[in-house]
Formats: sequence, structure tokens, C-alpha cells
Amino acid sequence: MLEVKGIENGLVIDHISAGNGLKIFNRLFADTEYPVVLLMNVSSQIIGKKDIIKIENVFDVDLDLLGLIDPRITVNVIKNGALVDKVKARIPKTIKGGLQCQNPRCITHTDDYAIPEFKLLKANGKMEYECSYCEEITVYKL
Amino acid sequence: MRHLIEPEDFTLEEIEELVDTGLKIYENPRDYQKICDGKILASLFFEPSTRTKFSFDSAMMRMGGNVIGFADADTSSTKKGESLADTIRVMGYYADVIVMRHPKEGAPKLASQYSSIPIINGGDGGHQHPTQTLTDLITIKRFKGTISGHTVAFCGDLKYGRTVHSLIRTMARFGTKHFYLVSPEELRLPDALKRQLVDKYGVELKEVVYLEEVIENIDILYMTRIQKERFFNEADYLKLKNSFKVTREKIKTAKPDMIIMHPLPRVNEIAYDVDDDQRAVYFEQSEMGVYVRMALIAKLLEVGPYARG
Repeated sequence: MLEVKGIENGLVIDHISAGNGLKIFNRLFADTEYPVVLLMNVSSQIIGKKDIIKIENVFDVDLDLLGLIDPRITVNVIKNGALVDKVKARIPKTIKGGLQCQNPRCITHTDDYAIPEFKLLKANGKMEYECSYCEEITVYKL
Repeated sequence: MRHLIEPEDFTLEEIEELVDTGLKIYENPRDYQKICDGKILASLFFEPSTRTKFSFDSAMMRMGGNVIGFADADTSSTKKGESLADTIRVMGYYADVIVMRHPKEGAPKLASQYSSIPIINGGDGGHQHPTQTLTDLITIKRFKGTISGHTVAFCGDLKYGRTVHSLIRTMARFGTKHFYLVSPEELRLPDALKRQLVDKYGVELKEVVYLEEVIENIDILYMTRIQKERFFNEADYLKLKNSFKVTREKIKTAKPDMIIMHPLPRVNEIAYDVDDDQRAVYFEQSEMGVYVRMALIAKLLEVGPYARG
């Protein structure tokens, strides 16, 4: 069994569905200067196989983005080697920026003034968001 | 300041009041011929239109107002790369109200965020066409007496037809519960809209492929044009186009007081010999569009029957 020692101060991002760990790492931590470990395909009683990210000296993470990627994710905050907080990723009810409308006829693709705001319509299975400009549905994909 | 970007921008009471005001103007147009004296409508058509543009121009002129604008984006600064927001900001100095049509969906909403004067959406891509909805509602009230409570069939292109999307949603808001959706499988009403209609308004939608199956039950037949380019191949188009055509034969068993509506232009979906049938009201529908647009302009400018104080 592969062993990785715990961290003293930082975050442990747990219960990432196997395969999503690398995508999250690339999206959030690819440029970090701090020590970071990505564990893949770790056995999990809850979700079968999971990925885990451990990162030192970082205490802020975008819970909305994690929720979009994988709503089952939990984030453990470690200080002086002890667990001080445990928070769940959340599916954002609204998103502004960072998501593109899937409707090619939407004004947001051709006008820099039009920054779409998306409203969550449905969150079981795939996450469906409605564009504030054209009202078409965009399904979030990492 | 109010805008009309989508029908939901107005309450049901406001919509009904606009329809009633439009009917009053229709009955006595002379009473309203000066109410927009000194006012200017900017008519910004970034893509071509016949009925919407000219009915707005006519509406403003019939109230004593003036019209400026363009009927083709190639003759505006958009051609030089000007953003919509900049065009709209400047128009605020030249006019009192704007009607715009734009090929991009959501463009009127963007315009409303940068405008110092009211914006009216005259159609944005396949998205919304709220003044066509007002036109449809005033026609229904004129010929059927009430806006709601009828059994309605929408026939033709229900997938891309923005007039259908705006109207069905608004009729559902008004409490209409029974809709027949007559279309080829490829052009059915979008699932998201169907879900919204059923979940939010509790309407009953019945999808059928042949008009003959339902013609006896309906009070309002709303026809739309099936466009050739919506089909993957010409053979499918040729096969289906006549299934969605209204002929004298097909309406033989329809109710004598049913009305046939169409936002126009029609191509071949209503046979010309139906025009003489007393149930055909699509030309009157275009006529009513002028009166309800007069009411709308008056409301947004707060003049005439909508003057404050």
C-alpha cells in the first residue's frame, strides 16, 4: 500500500471521483509553489475509488468550482497537524464568468460587454444552468 | 423606466391592460393621433423585418411621433465594429424609445443594461418576440372575447419558432391549460420549455403529428412556417411539408368559431383558398399589431392613456 504522510498546515481535498483529481489539480494548483500531492485511485468505502489532493500552506479553495466538478468532494482544513474544519463542496446556485453559454447564437459569444450569469436549474445527474441572456441551458462539463 | 425584453417583464394585469388599450385605440384611433407629438422612436433593425419594423413605424406615426433608424446593420456603425452597448448609449441622446431586432439571442437584454431610454425587443434570434405575443393576444381577445380558457393548437415549426415560445408561455401564465402541439418529430417544442410549462403552470400538452387528429377540438389554430433549412435533407422536407398545411378540406370538421392565426410571412402552410374562410384572421392579426404597439409605446413613454398625474 502506497503511503503518503499527512500535512501540517494546508488542505486535504477528499472524495474526488477517480479521474477528476488530475483535472482539479490542473485547474487549481498547476502553478502552485507549495508542496502538493495528488493521490489517484485510492480505495474508498463510500465511492469505491477516489482521488485525493493534499496541499501545504493553502487555506483558500473555490468551493463552488469544486462543487461544479464533483459535489461529493469534502475539504479538510489542517492546522498544526490537526483537523480544524471540514467543509463540503457546494453546487453554486449562480455562476458569473468561467462558464460559456452552449448556445452558439447567444450574444455572449460576440459582445465583450455581455458576461453571462447562469442560474442553476437542475442538479441531479448533470448540472444544468440557464443563461441570463438567451435562457438556453448549458450543462457544466470540466 | 421600463423595457419590454420578454413577456415576463410585464405582469398579467399590465399585459391585459395593453391589450384593452390597443382595442380602444383600434376603435377610436383619432383620439390618440397627437399623443406622441415631439417624441422619436429609434427603429434599430440589425436584421431584416417587414411587419415588425413597419408596424412599429406606423404605430409611432399614427400617434404623431417621428421615427429614425436603420433596417439593415450594414448601414449602421455596427459594420465598423461598434459594440451594441455604444450604439445604444448614443441613441439615448437621439430618441425617446428604441425598438430593436437583432440576430443574436439576448442582445436586447444587453442593450437594456446600457440604455437611458426604454428598449423594446422586436425579436432576438430564435429566442423571444414579445410584441408578436401582444399582437397575438389582442387578436385572440378581439375574435374570441377573452385571452384565456381556449384550447389551442400550435402547428409547424415549434422548435425554432420564437413566436410560439413567447406565446405559449404567456398563454400558460394566463391560465390556458390545453395545448396541442402538431409538428414533425424534428421540430417539436424544446424539452426545457415543455418541462417549464408542465411543472410551473400545470398545463396539459399533447403532441401529435397530424392536424386532422385534433382539428375538431380546437378553438385557436396557430400556424407557423416550416423552413426548409431546418431539415437534414430535402426528401424529409418534401415529405413533411404538406402534412402541416392547412387546406379547406382539413378544416371542414373544425368548429365554426375556431380562428386560424399565423404570425406571417406564410409560404405554403396555409392554402390561399383558406383566406376567404371567415375563420382565417391572420391578416387582421397583422393589423392588430399596430394598435397594440401603439399602446405599448404610449405605456413606455408614459403618454396619452398612460400619462402620469
